Amino acid sequence: MMKRRAITAAKYVFLFVAAFLSIFPLAWMMISATNTSVDVLTGRLLPGAYLGENLKTLAAHTNIGRALWNSFRNAIVATIASLAVCSVAGYGFEIYHDRGKDVLMGILLLSMMIPFAAIMIPLFMMVGRANLLNTTTAFVLPTVSTAFLIFLFRQSARYFPQEVIEAARIEGMGELGIFFKMYIPIMRSTYATAAIITFMGAWNSYLWPLIIMQKAESRTMPLLISSLIAGYVTDYGALMLAVTSSVLPTIVIFLVLQRNFAEGIISSMK
Amino acid sequence: MERVMKLKTRRSVVGWFFVLPATLLIFGFYFYPIVKAFILSFQTGVGVNLKFAGLFNYKRLLADNLFKKSLGNVFIYLVIQVPIMLMLALILAQLLNDQNLKFRGFFRTALFLPCATSLVSYAIIFRAMFALDGFVNAILMNLNLITRPINWIGHPWAARLLIVIALTWRWTGYNMVFFLAGLQNIDDSIYEAALIDGANGLTRFFKITIPLLRPIILLTAIMSTNGTLQLFDEPMNLTNGGPANATLSVSQYIYRLSFQYSPRFGYAAAISFVIFALVAILALIQMKVGDTR
Repeated sequence: MMKRRAITAAKYVFLFVAAFLSIFPLAWMMISATNTSVDVLTGRLLPGAYLGENLKTLAAHTNIGRALWNSFRNAIVATIASLAVCSVAGYGFEIYHDRGKDVLMGILLLSMMIPFAAIMIPLFMMVGRANLLNTTTAFVLPTVSTAFLIFLFRQSARYFPQEVIEAARIEGMGELGIFFKMYIPIMRSTYATAAIITFMGAWNSYLWPLIIMQKAESRTMPLLISSLIAGYVTDYGALMLAVTSSVLPTIVIFLVLQRNFAEGIISSMK
Repeated sequence: MERVMKLKTRRSVVGWFFVLPATLLIFGFYFYPIVKAFILSFQTGVGVNLKFAGLFNYKRLLADNLFKKSLGNVFIYLVIQVPIMLMLALILAQLLNDQNLKFRGFFRTALFLPCATSLVSYAIIFRAMFALDGFVNAILMNLNLITRPINWIGHPWAARLLIVIALTWRWTGYNMVFFLAGLQNIDDSIYEAALIDGANGLTRFFKITIPLLRPIILLTAIMSTNGTLQLFDEPMNLTNGGPANATLSVSQYIYRLSFQYSPRFGYAAAISFVIFALVAILALIQMKVGDTR
């Protein structure tokens, strides 16, 4: 009995320590955003009164408003484009499946094996030749269509009852009508999951914009905060405020839509 | 009959239109570039002035110490960090899978939270926390664990350790979610039968949980391998590849070759093709090893 209780206690201690370590860096980031650089370094763990001052520093030395807008616009465009293209394809691969389409789907899945590092140079050359450097189009294009999202929508179309389709056809509804008026409303949760994955991916994307966004005014948030540490003197308070403003949107999305988020991750293994 | 056939063909054609845009985009932005990278890897020159040079780039690669070093660094992470992280994720998932656990929702959310942080952001948070005159050193000094501050990004192994710590923080919860989903699919009756047979907790863990989770362990191992081989954001922002290239990753080296020095696209493409081959080979090996049933 004693031994059992000790094991249970150890379990809880372990879990609490793990949970604390997981949360702490993010809490520290937010607290630090309100403190002076010196306070951040010496490990002050209480919120300070320097938030306004840090904001002024950031506004004076960086174009953080512009970067936030760029990140937001790019991520929204990427999400809408991806969802449109991939959901239509996923639906097509499942509802109209035949031998040819099944084979093609298999081929498309192979693209998941290609690491981005292996194709970034040709991609960069393509974008450069098309005069698309520094544009949202260039940011979005390589990731509009991903085998993963097509696969996700194909799996969900599998649960779209065949009777519904047949009934709609008898009613005289066109194939496009069935997709727009019946499939999309029913599959809202799949769309939510896909939207979160795509938005987060685009919001956090770093290597691709690092290569293509060469003008200061087209820089996104990851590029901005990355450039802040390259300076000679780092103002840690202002730095943490910049990082916080980059992380907060995704944390809010995460906390509100945690279920879809986990589902999205897990659905990649079905 | 003929009408039915016509309808079928018509629907099949409609289907092709549904899948066409996505297919073209994948061919244009995945398959075409990888073929292009392969061709590029046989060319040399600066910028876009390229000419064919046979196997020159691949020969050069074999003698390139910096390439070997970056590959070695990535393998150090792979061998040390991935097993630790997956073990930790499995243990946490096992603990969280207990229906009677108190604060279950809180633990799950907390452990999963790092996944919501972008790679650049967490790399910078860790860099600030582990600065020479920073918070972590102050704590360690106050606890009398060290007498002098550790120069985390100034010492090769300390810098590597820092990357390992950071990666583990960011990705353990992510992998835990997969394990949790897998554990929830295991039928309770299997455990009950084992309990009746007198199997204790550890035996159950090693004889039931791990074998039944094998496909998911395999999946997470492949994903982690893939991710580690392509590591970029963290060494770039946390250690800047230093000190003396001790944390330089292969992706970072490709980036430097292509975009920081005079652009050697051909040579960089050769290296990137090696990554592609490694990802494929390691995935195949893991599938072979993990599939022994």
